[in-house]
Amino acid sequence: MTDTLVAFDDVLTSYDPAMGLEVHVELNTASKMFCGCPTEFGAEPNTQVCPTCLGLPGAMPVVNGKAVESAIRIGLALNCEIAEWCRFARKNYFYPDMPKNFQTSQYDEPICFDGFMDVEVEGETFRVEIERAHMEEDTGKSLHVGGATGRIHGADHSLVDYNRAGIPLIEIVTRPILGAGAKAPEVARAYVAQLRDLIVALGVSDARMDQGSIRADVNLSLSPKDSGVLGTRTETKNVNSLRSVERAVRFEMSRHAAVLGGGEKILQETRHWHEDTGVTTSGREKSDAEDYRYFPEPDLVPVAPTRAWVEELRGTLPENPTARRARLQTEWGFSDLEMRDTVGAGALNVIEQTIAAGTTPQAARKWWLGELARRANEQGVLVDALPVTPADVARVQALVDEGSLNDKLARQVFDGLFAGEGTPDEVVAARGLAIVSDEGALSTAVDNAIAANPDVAEKIRDGKVAAAGALIGAVMKEMRGQADAARVRELVLEKLS
Amino acid sequence: MPEITRDEVAHLANLARIDLSDEELDHLAPQLSVILESVASISGAAGDDIPPTSHALPLTNVFREDVVVACLTPEQALSGAPEVEEQRFSVPRILGEEQ
Repeated sequence: MTDTLVAFDDVLTSYDPAMGLEVHVELNTASKMFCGCPTEFGAEPNTQVCPTCLGLPGAMPVVNGKAVESAIRIGLALNCEIAEWCRFARKNYFYPDMPKNFQTSQYDEPICFDGFMDVEVEGETFRVEIERAHMEEDTGKSLHVGGATGRIHGADHSLVDYNRAGIPLIEIVTRPILGAGAKAPEVARAYVAQLRDLIVALGVSDARMDQGSIRADVNLSLSPKDSGVLGTRTETKNVNSLRSVERAVRFEMSRHAAVLGGGEKILQETRHWHEDTGVTTSGREKSDAEDYRYFPEPDLVPVAPTRAWVEELRGTLPENPTARRARLQTEWGFSDLEMRDTVGAGALNVIEQTIAAGTTPQAARKWWLGELARRANEQGVLVDALPVTPADVARVQALVDEGSLNDKLARQVFDGLFAGEGTPDEVVAARGLAIVSDEGALSTAVDNAIAANPDVAEKIRDGKVAAAGALIGAVMKEMRGQADAARVRELVLEKLS
Repeated sequence: MPEITRDEVAHLANLARIDLSDEELDHLAPQLSVILESVASISGAAGDDIPPTSHALPLTNVFREDVVVACLTPEQALSGAPEVEEQRFSVPRILGEEQ
């Protein structure tokens, strides 16, 4: 069934959007939330399971202290209160990806609550209020067999791998985000993007949306303009890229407006997001399934973080990524565009480290966003995964600055670094790349070039300085590129003046 | 006094995936009510100054180090599964409840 849609701009003339975002963050602990099974991504199926995460009778869970620490640090970074005392709860439902027939989660006593994050969109700041961040465990992975697309419809049966079951998750829930208007899709995207940056800065998760270590559920409703009455919401599950978060909000706004405009009611339901077509389709209606019969988990004792521990963890918080970016942009004198490119290329840290090693900001940017970004792109990796360190780049640039290398030779040094030939100095020595500073050899080469190109030499004598390029090229060729082009130019003009 | 209605029992049975006939519901609903009433007499024993509790022992913060320990082999893990395919638990398809 294809939904009718209302053009985005027309939605806004009649309705105000309200959003709520639920983001699941898979922590990067070595072991699972309640047992010692490993958490490696991509292991062979059912090789990282034990009686506890398989829900076998009699198995006793014990909380991973590191996961609690990460939960508290996330909460503090989101300006949350940290509960003095809280419990886990059983969320009861029957689905094959939960072998215990309940998910160990938190219910009315989340470990973190009442926080906020300021989100910037095109220079405007929106405060997104955080209702809660609670601890829970991930589910297993189902593979639906017999269906055309791996989806459940048309499947004969399902195959379940429980490696992921029990990996610690933090679920971060916002309060309704109101007043974003036309910017609602961008605000949703910016919130998830900033949250991801924060998680990366905290170092508590791999934060790979493509591998599902950050997953967003997008709640959306429309209310008649200026009515202040919240409409019925839909929950679009598992929106797994920043771009999709924006598109899902946009699509649901257009779909809701079409349904409401047609005099019909929005069904409160979960919806599936289709990355390929950019649409949502109906999932299950929220009714009986919402009755999870939560009760306090009797196998786990309450968590009561001491204030001393909370304050100790507060002391480990990194600088807020948004504030850090603004500070670095000022320090480095980058334009907004340069800064956006730097962040987009994932080059913020390597450029910062290169500058710390003595390179100017513009030179550091030139290498990381030029030559090295090109090579990273060819290899399909981010610049920080290249076999070149910020110290290497700083050394190469230092050699350029002292006149031992030019840019062309520097690129050959990078060839050597990529080939694993050692440090920049070792590559220069082994490949014989240093600029020849022997004035005698250079002078001879210039003389040769003049002798071989009498026409060009004549033009330069007549004052056509622009013609010098041809002679410089000839000299550089004879010197196999190992000459300082500026010095060659000086010599050419000197001899022909 | 807590009382559980026939409709509530039917709802719970549905949630628990237990298929009860009308006769069974007629039979079980009053019995569950009696059981609930009996259990509820415990709340009469606690004074107003006794908060409800979920745990028998006054313990908090029982944590484990984040250390990996040996897990089951796939053969052990799957040994109790009625059906196995591609080293995974094979289960009947579930309609309309994809999470």
